[in-house]
Order: sequence, then C-alpha cells, then structure tokens
Amino acid sequence: MQLMRAESSRSRLKSLLLVVAALVVATPASAGVLPEDRADVLFHSYDGGGVTIQGPSLLMRKQFAGKFSASANYYVDKVSSASIDVVTTASPYEEERTQYSVGLDYLHDRWTMSMGLTQSEENDYTAETFSFGISQDLFGDLTTVSLGYSLGDDTVARRGDPLFADVVERQQYRVGLSQILTKKLLLGLSFETITDEGFLNNPYRSVRYVDTTTPQGYSYQPEVYPRTRTSDAGALRLRYYLPYRAAIHGEYRSYHDTWDIKADTYELGYTHPLDGGWIIEAKLRFYSQNNADFYSDLFPYVNAQNFLARDKELSAFASQTLRLGMTYDILRGGWHFVDKGSVSVFYDRIAFQYDDFRDLTGSGAVPGQEPLYSFEANVFQFFVSFWF
Amino acid sequence: MRARSKTLTLCLMLSALLAGCSVEPWVKPYERDNLADPIMSFDRDPVSTAYIHHVYEAREGARGATGSAGGGCGCN
Repeated sequence: MQLMRAESSRSRLKSLLLVVAALVVATPASAGVLPEDRADVLFHSYDGGGVTIQGPSLLMRKQFAGKFSASANYYVDKVSSASIDVVTTASPYEEERTQYSVGLDYLHDRWTMSMGLTQSEENDYTAETFSFGISQDLFGDLTTVSLGYSLGDDTVARRGDPLFADVVERQQYRVGLSQILTKKLLLGLSFETITDEGFLNNPYRSVRYVDTTTPQGYSYQPEVYPRTRTSDAGALRLRYYLPYRAAIHGEYRSYHDTWDIKADTYELGYTHPLDGGWIIEAKLRFYSQNNADFYSDLFPYVNAQNFLARDKELSAFASQTLRLGMTYDILRGGWHFVDKGSVSVFYDRIAFQYDDFRDLTGSGAVPGQEPLYSFEANVFQFFVSFWF
Repeated sequence: MRARSKTLTLCLMLSALLAGCSVEPWVKPYERDNLADPIMSFDRDPVSTAYIHHVYEAREGARGATGSAGGGCGCN
C-alpha cells in the first residue's frame, strides 16, 4: 500500500515536470509582468461559536534587479476557545499560532517561476511547506496557464502527553487558467489535488457512543481517522465589467475526497467605485457539504467501527456568508517614496447550520434527539495598504 | 488516478504547444482598459484573500482550488 502511494506520488510529479517542460519550450507570445511593489498591514478578528481568533498579518512585496520580486508575510492567530467541542468534552483554552512565509518570483520573457517557504508554529503543531509554481502568458496575453506543487511536513503533538508525537506529509498539485474572453469578461479555472498522509485527526477530540450505564446515556472515546486522504477540487470564476464603472463576479467550486465528502460552493459579488476614491463591495457565498463516511454524532456502541469521527467540520452542514466591504484611497498624490495608499474594512457574517451534529450543552434530552447545533460568526478585517 | 494524470498532461502539453502557432488576439492590448481596472482583479488584496481562505479552510471539509498556493494550515 505504501509502495503504491509512493509510486502514485512519483507518477504525479513526473506528469507535472512533463507539463512544465512543455510550457517552457512552447513559443510564447508576449512578456509577463511581476506583481506590484506593495505593503499591507492587516488586523483580523473572528468571533463565533465560542471561539475568538485575532491577530495581525503583515505582507510586503518588492521587485529587484528588474526580474525578481520577493515577498514576506508574518501572520498571527491568537485563539481563545470555548467552542461546542471544548465545553462538552474538555476545558476552554488559549493558544497562539505564528506563521512566517517568504517567496520569490522570477520573470523570464513570458514565464514566471515562483517558490515559497511557509513555517507555522503553535505549542502542539508545527507545519513547514515548500511551494513551487510556474506560469506562462500565451496567445498575446489572452491566456495565462499556471502550474504549482507544494510539499508540506507537519509535526503533531499533544499537550500534557510528552510521549505523543506524529507527522503529516501533505502534497498539493495545482493547475490554473486565466482567460480574457471579451473586452469585459474574464474567466478563471482552478484545479487542485491534495494528498495527506499521517495523523489527520485532532488529538483532543472525542466521539460519543450509546452507553446506558451512564446517567446521560452516552460516553466518549477518542476519534480515529484514516491516515490518508486525497481530495480533488475544481473552480470556475467569471468577472464582468458592467456598462458603467463597476464589476460583478460569480464563482462555483466542486469538491470531493476519499473520505466521501462532497461539497459545493457558490459565490456572487458586486464591486462599485464611488467618486472621491471609495470602492464598496458586497458578496454572497453559499457552501454545503455531506458528511464523511466515518462520521456519526452518536455511535451505537464503543469501537463501533474502525474509523470514528465526530468533528462538526466532517458532518453534513451548510453555511451562508454575507460580506460588506469598503476601501478608501489615501495619499493619492504620493508621499516620499510611497506612490499611493488605501484603507479597507471588510465584514463577513457567516451562518452555519449542522444537519447531524447535536448541541449537548442542554440537559434532559434523549441521546440522539438533542437540538441540532448552529451558530453565527462575525469576521472583521481592517487593513492599510501602500504601493511604492 | 494515473489515467487522469496522463489526460491532464496531454491536454496541457497540447495547450502549450499551441502557443507556437500564431494566434491573433481577439481582444487587442489597446482594448483592455476595462480589464486593467483594479476592480476586475480576481485577487485585489492578497493579504485579505489569504486570510479569508484560512477562515473557511479551518471550518469546512472542502479545501483547494482557491487560486492561491496555500500553506501549512495546522487546521485539524
């Protein structure tokens, strides 16, 4: 089995290298461009379901030597959690995750090569990811084709258990296409396959099973997940410039994986600039998924099957997001080495409704007949951007 | 899975080799002023896009095809 997986990975990598080679030798049509020189300082806040996550994200990108663009990102999640899982089976906790990323783009004629490193650390989880990508403009810049590969190595620990340590290896394969269809219409296509191998569940989470010997009628045992997961996702995006200065966009993403989760995502948005340097935008997003084949809110007895999950992210649920956003241009005349700047505020309200994950915080209900869980989250972003 | 990889490879190689043909752009460079407007960007603010993808990835079973490279999420 291990050999088959290794063979499959090698085969995918070989396919990717073949495609990269084909792109490099193809005759290009015009020159590409590097990303803009830019710095962003963002503050983010998530509050919902008993979980609060806040922190900064700093992103800087700068060109040099005419052919290179370097980027660096510092990101923090400061978590305070009393989520439904935590209040029913554990104690509220606080933790911090810090992530550092660096990247380098190299432009040569019509193709751009990118690589990046990301390191993420928290007290019980570390993750390191290396990414490589290549893109090429074709057909007089009407088409951009991109390919990418990422390799991630994670280390999982468990607080209070120095003997527990495990790993996850993650590989991502991406193909993208950006296409100018008309003078006002853009198309984007993305496909991504992700393979995970290792310890994939949360080491603190439990499943519950019927136990008539206890007063509440159920007991808990630790989750057990498969050690492999492969997922495929494909997305189509369209962006259209309206007869006046404004844009609408739509998106559909289809997803399925080897845990038998299937999901659909739909998005529709509107962006409208106003006089005086303002841009306002609104977006609706609808998401739905079915449950993983080894998920159950209440198993019939202990060790009911070889794999067990009661993670609400693996249950059947739907969510709806409403986004409102506003951007205001500042420093329009420039200031010292800064060409221009902007201040942005985005607010997302996300409502989640679970179809087979029950709220156990009440008392007196018959096991399996507790009310279904739902919650709403408020997500704020405030950021300042400078171009130079 | 292997058959799918081969199909993908063939399709992309064909696309790449087609670049060798001379294709007349049906939207000329001087006709792209609307498309160049920042409001037409698929990713106008990368720092914000990366954050909101992270929010969704941590709370949904689905992942990938967001148009960005992603990274170690530590989301489990």
